[in-house]
Amino acid sequence: MGITFRKETFRDDFTFKNSPEHISRFPFPFHEDAYMYAVNIEPHVVGPKGSVLENLIDVDEHYVAEMQDRALVLAEDPLRCQSLPHMTLAGWDLLELLMEQQALGYPEHFTLTRDGDRWRWINRPLGIDDTFTFGDTSTLPYGPMEYITRQSQGDFCILDQRDGNLWMDAGMVTTQADWSLDFDIGMNFFEWHAPVPLAHEKGIFTRALKFLTNIQQGKPARRLNWTMTINPRLDTSPENYHKWGPDRTTVTPENVGDKVHLRVELQSFWRLPRSNGIVFPIRCYLIKMDELVTQPKWARRLHRVIRDLPEELATYKGLTRFRPTLVEWLSKLDDGSVTSPGFGPD
Amino acid sequence: MSTGTTKLDVVVSDVVPVNELVTRFHFRRRDGELLPTFSGGAHVVVEMRDGERTRLNPYSLMGSPLDTREYTISVRRDDVGRGGSLFMHRSVKPGLEMVISYPVNLFSLDLRAKKHLMLAGGIGITPFMAQTAQLAGEGGNFELHYTCRTASLGTYADVLRERYDRRIRLYHDDREERIDLDRLLSTQPLGTHLYVCGPAGMINWVRDRAASLGWPSEAVHFEHFAAPQPGLPFDVTLAVSGKTIRVGEQQSLLEAIEAAGVDPPYLCRGGVCGQCETNVISHDGKFIHNDHWLSEEEHRSGKKIMPCVSRFEGKSLVLER
Repeated sequence: MGITFRKETFRDDFTFKNSPEHISRFPFPFHEDAYMYAVNIEPHVVGPKGSVLENLIDVDEHYVAEMQDRALVLAEDPLRCQSLPHMTLAGWDLLELLMEQQALGYPEHFTLTRDGDRWRWINRPLGIDDTFTFGDTSTLPYGPMEYITRQSQGDFCILDQRDGNLWMDAGMVTTQADWSLDFDIGMNFFEWHAPVPLAHEKGIFTRALKFLTNIQQGKPARRLNWTMTINPRLDTSPENYHKWGPDRTTVTPENVGDKVHLRVELQSFWRLPRSNGIVFPIRCYLIKMDELVTQPKWARRLHRVIRDLPEELATYKGLTRFRPTLVEWLSKLDDGSVTSPGFGPD
Repeated sequence: MSTGTTKLDVVVSDVVPVNELVTRFHFRRRDGELLPTFSGGAHVVVEMRDGERTRLNPYSLMGSPLDTREYTISVRRDDVGRGGSLFMHRSVKPGLEMVISYPVNLFSLDLRAKKHLMLAGGIGITPFMAQTAQLAGEGGNFELHYTCRTASLGTYADVLRERYDRRIRLYHDDREERIDLDRLLSTQPLGTHLYVCGPAGMINWVRDRAASLGWPSEAVHFEHFAAPQPGLPFDVTLAVSGKTIRVGEQQSLLEAIEAAGVDPPYLCRGGVCGQCETNVISHDGKFIHNDHWLSEEEHRSGKKIMPCVSRFEGKSLVLER
């Protein structure tokens, strides 16, 4: 068996779609009919079969298309991938983690064989078969972080841990919700979170940092975050705001179902063994409203969440312009009945 | 969620006396698999089952992080301590099955450093064994100054000299050799990071001199696990779990809490990591704080205690556990 990879685009003609099986595995992020920040961190352990948590590093039907989109972003803007000089060892840590996890979860698509520090990596979906020396950057076509993150879905931030803080010192960021690695590189945890409203006052970042600096090897953690994106565009970066910002003005009652997408980030946190750094994969899942409302519970709940979202959060997430249109469209699918607790569809 | 570490089931593969005070222990996984990779400066917590008693002591990993077939630790015998090192020396033999924690690093190298300047005193040499191996493998620039009482107690001095030659400087107390610390700290190239591990007096001395000579605090790294000190027995009420416990003379408060079936989170058990920080609900008596985690202000406040290393003398103590 194995995954059938879709041929699709995340730009121009926007042919991205989820197959019906993929809709039901979508990581819907609301466990109740309202949303507010919380330190919603839990152990990143394997979840039910058929969910996005079936493997700790998830590969899905969008893999090949996402990697092609990443290559296009990097060709236009190489600064989406940066690694400060002291982060090379952490890059090797990440290469090992992603090769091991992808080979473990999807042996039909990925194979890793090791003979001491001589490693062979086969990536069948992308047609790659490379042999290299672990730890010797000259044996790979890119640095270790860039090499492996050109072959792994999601953005990756590698955080150096020192002075009781975390520092954004390396990353591959091409599928982001309006933040810039080139702007944040070298910043510490409080600096790069400075723009987030409400959460500082609640002491959320102080507690989150304390938790993250204590993440232990072999015990990764995860949380979900979300926003909304108009058109299935992976690259909603500040650098390209002129391309996607105006999309927000194009939402009409007729096109909500096709244009408006819920964008969920599965964020996980892993201690890296050699460098003692933390890697923070941010895996982006998109689902269009037409697909989401095929699950009646999700339709009812999303209506209530978006309708009742505090104004500051709606502004921060960039929903202001199309929120009334979206809420009106969703309200027709909300009969007011009670939704069951928990994330999953009924 | 609990922030403790995952455990590893290991077997003692070798026990090697190094000198009259120090013995080295080798561990392999019982299932024959490789151990997790680690970074220089990491420690593991070794669980010692000594009859009715369980001790959990942290020891720095001293092998090369590149070799994950086995972990090695070195234990200095402490004849007046609480018995953990004596248990290791007397009762741990090759073939014994033990449980250790995953590695945790609270004394990490700063990989931005242009040069790593290391100062070790006595058994404080162990984390530097792993760090020098890691740096040597990457072509890193380091220099190690190592103070020991006598040449015969200079644990691994010969090994280090053989591996790294002039990058190792030795100082012997019995020959009245002393580090010229001010000169050393005043003549380092910009971008040097300083690491110190050894007795508390040495760490304080080095930190004080470094601060006086204008070293930025973020370039000065130190590790000092305070071993829990024995003391008078005392009684404690655990308000959340509704238990009253007695802390024995040779027991730490954390061990007594665990013996009562309550499991606070922990990582280092040496007053450094902050995990087991506990709120004091009320007290009548005085605290004996031995940790490096709480601020002096917090020590004076009487509102917090680190049960891994700190004790209490007085009439009553009620903790939020």
